[in-house]
Amino acid sequence: MSVAANALPEAPERPVAPRVAGPDHPALVPAPGGVPIGWWGLAWLVATEATLFGGLLSAWFFTRAAADSWPEGGIAPPELGRISVFTVVLLASSLPLVWGEAAIRRGRVRGLRVALALSFLLGAAFLANQVVDYRDLTFGIRDNAYASLFYVTTGLHGMHVAVGLAVSLAVQAKVAAGRIDADHHLSVRVFSLYWHFVDVVWIAVFSSLYLSTHVR
Amino acid sequence: MTAVEEVRPDVRPEGEPRAEEERLAAAWEDPPGLIGFFTTVDHKRIGVRYIVTAFVLFALAGLMALGMRAQLARPDEHLVGPQAYNELFTMHGTIMIFLFNTPVLAGFGNYLLPLMLGTRDMAFPRLNAFSYWIFLGASTFMLSSALVGQVPATGWFAYVPLTGPQFATDRAVDFWGLGVVFIGISTTAGAINFLVTAQKLRAPGMALHRIPLFVWSILAMALMVVFAVPAVTLAAGLLELDRLAGMAIFDPQLGGQVLLYQHLFWFWGHPEVYILFLPAVGMVSSIIPIASRERHAGYLWVVTAFLAIAFISFGVWVHHMFATGVPAQAAGLFSAASLVIALPSGVLYFCWIATMLLGRVRFTVPMLFCAGFLGIFLAGGITGVMVAVLPFDVQVTDSYFIVAHFHYVLNGAVVFPIFAAVYHWFPKMIGRELSARLGRWSFWIMVISFQFTFFPMHVLGLLGMPRRIYTYEGGLGWDTLNLVVSIGGAVFGLGVLLTLVNVAWSWRRGAPAPADPWGGDTLEWSVASPTPEWNFAAIPVVDDVSPLWVEGGPVVAAGGEDEATRSLGVEGAEARTTPITRGLEARPAGTMPIPGPTWLPLCVAAGIFVVAFGALYRSIPVLVVGAAAGIAALVWWLWRTEEDLR
Repeated sequence: MSVAANALPEAPERPVAPRVAGPDHPALVPAPGGVPIGWWGLAWLVATEATLFGGLLSAWFFTRAAADSWPEGGIAPPELGRISVFTVVLLASSLPLVWGEAAIRRGRVRGLRVALALSFLLGAAFLANQVVDYRDLTFGIRDNAYASLFYVTTGLHGMHVAVGLAVSLAVQAKVAAGRIDADHHLSVRVFSLYWHFVDVVWIAVFSSLYLSTHVR
Repeated sequence: MTAVEEVRPDVRPEGEPRAEEERLAAAWEDPPGLIGFFTTVDHKRIGVRYIVTAFVLFALAGLMALGMRAQLARPDEHLVGPQAYNELFTMHGTIMIFLFNTPVLAGFGNYLLPLMLGTRDMAFPRLNAFSYWIFLGASTFMLSSALVGQVPATGWFAYVPLTGPQFATDRAVDFWGLGVVFIGISTTAGAINFLVTAQKLRAPGMALHRIPLFVWSILAMALMVVFAVPAVTLAAGLLELDRLAGMAIFDPQLGGQVLLYQHLFWFWGHPEVYILFLPAVGMVSSIIPIASRERHAGYLWVVTAFLAIAFISFGVWVHHMFATGVPAQAAGLFSAASLVIALPSGVLYFCWIATMLLGRVRFTVPMLFCAGFLGIFLAGGITGVMVAVLPFDVQVTDSYFIVAHFHYVLNGAVVFPIFAAVYHWFPKMIGRELSARLGRWSFWIMVISFQFTFFPMHVLGLLGMPRRIYTYEGGLGWDTLNLVVSIGGAVFGLGVLLTLVNVAWSWRRGAPAPADPWGGDTLEWSVASPTPEWNFAAIPVVDDVSPLWVEGGPVVAAGGEDEATRSLGVEGAEARTTPITRGLEARPAGTMPIPGPTWLPLCVAAGIFVVAFGALYRSIPVLVVGAAAGIAALVWWLWRTEEDLR
């Protein structure tokens, strides 16, 4: 090692202007296709959102593990009947999107339109049921930690459903405006990724908040 | 192999813009003046802006530290009262972690990532502008607590129940809690932008094993952000729900768990240490090879170590909670995981030493700061291993030993590389050289006074001096050491000031910097200083991890006819596009149009800012107005971007 107090290291001998690679350069052989940038952006958002739900459910089980009784404060465990039906409704709302994506890949706008509308109706039915459910609950958000976490977790999920429904409307508007075709349907892909996430995360929320409370 | 034609573009005398450059400027220049300032989406302007804002906050946090040290210089001092002292250490920690270290590294990442990857902007340029405005908004929000005289004073981690609605009755904690949720949006959006940029916008030929190490360090950091920040958002968010909506999540009397808060906080808090550390060592790994005139030793080992540290960092958080009575088996596991981090860190260390030994080190100012880093990080790493050992940690927890340890790692091993980076990349960013003479003075003052500031804290801790006390009795054997620490801190501040003066002076008056003042190896040194708005007129073709050090110099691509290659050449830059590449080998796959300047990210951030104040003052109308404005701007933004890019 040598110590040069003042001088910057000399740059190596090197041409002023760069050389130009011709189209036959191996690194420049085109490889069209691939996953679009927007899809990746949403995929990472979904990853961080999934972690958010993971943390919330961890908080749920952490609180439960330390509680004397569960639910706390003499609250009855949640009813399973209706919510199970609407769980199936929500999960079912993902299927039309799979068909819709397949349809638009082949340029069938009509098929996509029907699929989006069907998925929207199923999602809206689920959300409506959640609103009714809240009205029927016998406890408030301030009663105890169980109650607060129950509202926060289902409320956060409900917000995600609501955002998904709003985005669905926007995508449907784009379809109606004739902006979606076989080559331009990134917004459909991105929306359906988000919607599948909202559905899948409900499986975790439902199992933790509803089913597991009945398991002793 | 005749793939590379020996035809070189003509080199013309300076000062004569060619028609091509005029077209490029027309496509890329921001609107003039203030409008351009508020609407720009240029990653370089945003990056520099991040760095400057963060340094203003750094100076503020430094002054707070000096205030604390003035108070502790002598026993039974009454310069600042206990409340003011609590506010000082809370805001010092909060600013340094949330508002200086994280954003300043994001700033360097912003500036350098597209340049090192050989592309013309980030994957989501408007989201990038948004990240900055959110950072500025969150910083303003937290600092405005001083205007209403309700400054957070509960420590930078704001443990419940002290911060719960029962005990912290004014709005001080809300400034902290809402601010943390607020800044999390910025960090996460930035991280996603980094990840997608490095996935999809690498120059053709930049396979995984040719990605510069600084980019790898930013990638590892961004991965940690994606999976760690939700935890602190939850900790602060649930705390705010308890405080603002009267929930009972952390209320022990209603079945809430106070330790849950600590788990959530530190599940982010420990990866956060590496979120700061990895980009900093990425900077060191960029500078040492250039100063040593030698390729980085053990490239694959370094990348593996970065990723290993990122992964293991999620399994160590309980070592911040050893004193809370966690079960012995769990504590043992977390202690072991904390010790394991020393292995990848050691790998990094030996790779740096090997690079220096294989090359010929020239101690330029950036290299001096790296050398300072090497020494201080070694000491901080060793005390890190000490406090990872359970019985030792229980002895020194909440004492000045811990303060000494984390200043060795966070100040020595993060701030020193940041200073190295300022000296290293300032010529590229601003187009002017910093004074090396002033830089060396700054370095020597900082590195020597550092030892006087922080080394005695180890001894003070072992002598039993607790953290977060605003004063102490004389005659406990702490007096002299505390005085040494305070004087050392003031001198350290002087060293920092010299660099700030250097930057402020050289910004306008420094000598013009050449494109490549250091003989660098990565692509940012192949463009002019300061970097032109379009970064690369023609996109580089990469077949080496040090593309500027290959025989014959760098290679650029000519534009093609089809969708995959039409943005490679200068026509692509004139059309404000950049190539999308695909696969491990990064072959051209498509063309990405780069959206132009817009007010909308600023408007969305302003909406969120109003929402934060609405929540703070529990005012539903303000909250609704802010949310409505933010959502309207967001919808307009998404629609507008699609229109612009059609």
